[in-house]
Amino acid sequence: MTIVDNIRTYLVKNPIVGVCLLYYLLMALMVPGFFSANNSWNLVYNFIPLLILAVGQTFVILTAGIDLSITSIIAVSSVVGGYLMSSDVGLVDGSKWSMLLGIGGMLSVGVIIGLINGISVAKLKMPAFMVTLTSLMFFSGFAIWITQSQNIYNLPALLVDAPYHSFLGLPLPVYLAVLVFTSCYLLLNKTLLGEWVYAVGTNIKTSWISGINIPLTLVSVYVISGVCASLASLIYTARLETGSPVMGQNVLLDVIGAVIIGGTSLFGGRGKLQWTAAGALLMTMLDNSLNLVGMSFFLIMMVKGAIILLTALYNQLGSKSLTHA
Amino acid sequence: MLKLHHIGKSFGPVEVLKDITLEVKTGETLGLVGENGAGKSTMMNILGGIFAPTTGKIEFNGQAFEPVEVSESQQSGIAFIHQELNLFPNLSIKENLFISAFPKKQGFFNTIIDQKSLSSQASALLAEVGLSVSPSTLIGKLTNGQQQLVEIAKALNGRPKLIIFDEPTTALSQQETDRLLQLINSLKEKHISMIFISHNLDEVKSIADHIAVIRDGALIRMQEAEIYSKKEIIRDMVGRDLDQFFPIRSTHPTESVSLEIQDLNADGKNDLSFSIREKEVLGLYGLVGAGRSEMARGLYGMEKLYGGQVRWKGAQMHKLTPQNWIRHGVVYLTEDRREEGILAFKSIRKNVQLAALPRFIQRFGGWLDYRSIKREVSSKVKATRVKYQDLEIQPVSELSGGNQQKVLLSRWLMTNPSLLILDEPTKGIDIGAREEIYQLINQLVEQGSCVLLISSEIEELLGMCDRIMVMNQGALTAEFNRSEFDQSAILKHALKAAHD
Repeated sequence: MTIVDNIRTYLVKNPIVGVCLLYYLLMALMVPGFFSANNSWNLVYNFIPLLILAVGQTFVILTAGIDLSITSIIAVSSVVGGYLMSSDVGLVDGSKWSMLLGIGGMLSVGVIIGLINGISVAKLKMPAFMVTLTSLMFFSGFAIWITQSQNIYNLPALLVDAPYHSFLGLPLPVYLAVLVFTSCYLLLNKTLLGEWVYAVGTNIKTSWISGINIPLTLVSVYVISGVCASLASLIYTARLETGSPVMGQNVLLDVIGAVIIGGTSLFGGRGKLQWTAAGALLMTMLDNSLNLVGMSFFLIMMVKGAIILLTALYNQLGSKSLTHA
Repeated sequence: MLKLHHIGKSFGPVEVLKDITLEVKTGETLGLVGENGAGKSTMMNILGGIFAPTTGKIEFNGQAFEPVEVSESQQSGIAFIHQELNLFPNLSIKENLFISAFPKKQGFFNTIIDQKSLSSQASALLAEVGLSVSPSTLIGKLTNGQQQLVEIAKALNGRPKLIIFDEPTTALSQQETDRLLQLINSLKEKHISMIFISHNLDEVKSIADHIAVIRDGALIRMQEAEIYSKKEIIRDMVGRDLDQFFPIRSTHPTESVSLEIQDLNADGKNDLSFSIREKEVLGLYGLVGAGRSEMARGLYGMEKLYGGQVRWKGAQMHKLTPQNWIRHGVVYLTEDRREEGILAFKSIRKNVQLAALPRFIQRFGGWLDYRSIKREVSSKVKATRVKYQDLEIQPVSELSGGNQQKVLLSRWLMTNPSLLILDEPTKGIDIGAREEIYQLINQLVEQGSCVLLISSEIEELLGMCDRIMVMNQGALTAEFNRSEFDQSAILKHALKAAHD
């Protein structure tokens, strides 16, 4: 096989990658300013938290579940981080450990809400949609109630500057994204848990008979999604320099959209993290390019909604033609 | 009536049907037999309009017949009765019968269902198939056999000229099967042509006028049923003589007890006690619904248990879950391959590796050792003789039923089991594959495993088991050692009181 053939079969198997490349080229040619260094960095900064969220969400969707609670995890994490680190209200302010404690606190929020979601789905056998929708309402409300809807300012300079610090020419968030993606990729493709995630999503009865620890698998995916949401919250909190109880309110559509556009099936069992990464990149580019051509927020929402629907339709038709072949 | 002229079908380079020419006359029944993967399903899919043939022509009712859609084949008068029923369990019989075209009342844009005419038409159809239950009964309340009759009534509603039965008796009890065969005979008198596909050669011989044998996509022989002996049919199907159908084991059960069960209560009423010894094949016979699967599933942790003590190799088992059983070397081969056996759209390798994965976690780093997994998967599918094209790419759903079953057996072999609970392991599986499964069972037993064989086929149990227990309405009613095997006594115990 020649290299061209290899590329062609790769693109047939991973159509979203082709769509992404094509869209990038088109925008670079057509939209002035898209290709500029400034805008490219913009793309990267917007892409990273979305990627991290969507990677976590992919685990959940692969088990045929869904995690709607991520925006509430972002908000609670941000508030908890703010309380621990801010020099206004900082509970441990002044301590040189405040940064570490803050980050640890934020990640614990993801773990705890993830555990609540996971145990409700796995042990109490409640539908994921209902469980995570309830979590979303409860914890979003909690974040606003506990802060009296006030933002928390005066975060440590170390945290606020971190996103712009460079190491070997690349800003720190890039390393965080690479770390999260790689470890999740290895977890999903090289470990027992990864095999179990796909199996549970494909056929839960078969999985049970075959001795798979279904509760462990389900709890794990919600915890992974929760931790990813906390990490995204860390980036948002640092960049906005505030602990905010309404942080990340509009991101849910983009996250689920990125996973679905990538081609991961909502019915579970089919999907790849690489697809999700490409899906997240496409969502970021859509936002960015439509912004550059001067579309309003609401118009952009409409376009994104339409594109998610079209991709879902395309995937549906694709899977049909596969079953007939 | 139906004529196939030189039909061939290829998927890419793979030729699955080769130059098939055959004819079914009006009112005639053709028995179609062949091993799994021989091409029967492809042939039926061509008649059903799911695939188009690559070469050749079909003539139906005197006209060229080239269906491109399922509905087209139906409209021209071909009806299918599949092994898996296409009924809605939550709807009534009458609603199921007329689901695609309800009789409507005049007025209101003809949107109101005419309940009266619905009931009377449904009753008429049910009478035609000899099913005496109210048409308002929910499908879910019927036995498999009754559901099968509803399916046939539904087909008759379209006034078909040709009915194709694909393994219709697999899920039926003996009585239900007899009734179905009677009904098929009565349909002959109405000049309906039929194609009857089954692995049960006795059934085929009893109702078919002609029998056609397909092997490797080619028609091997077609002959009048009366003069086509069972032995010849088997030889034509398999391509060789099967002298010893149930292979003989070289070992006998030892005295050491592997599994000991006391007062196991799976239905809330009956306490069951029995034990299985090392190198023993224990058979469990009973009618469909006698509680055999329920007992095994309760034991394995898939359904509720009301009580009981289980000892495995001398030690008390506390947590009865599949995960724990597999760790101890006890596995359960399900009867319901499609629903809880296979991972349908996953590759053969992913299907085979599933239960044994924890064994392949590397000590350093916790990664799975994929090289060893792949090596072992390919050796297991070789041992079970799965016919496949590609372990990594080909989804398991593409394989025939017999090969899917062998994939599931390979999955369990990978866990090195010491007790295999096999629930109807040869259901819907052709003779060649069946013999291979029997040999595999013997090999495992000779190496020291034991087997609990649950089956509705008494011959299979008589041929394979060291001991047979009979279950009747949830209770164990009799037990026979190999030296006392007596088919009629076993049947009597299985049927007793069922008629009272």
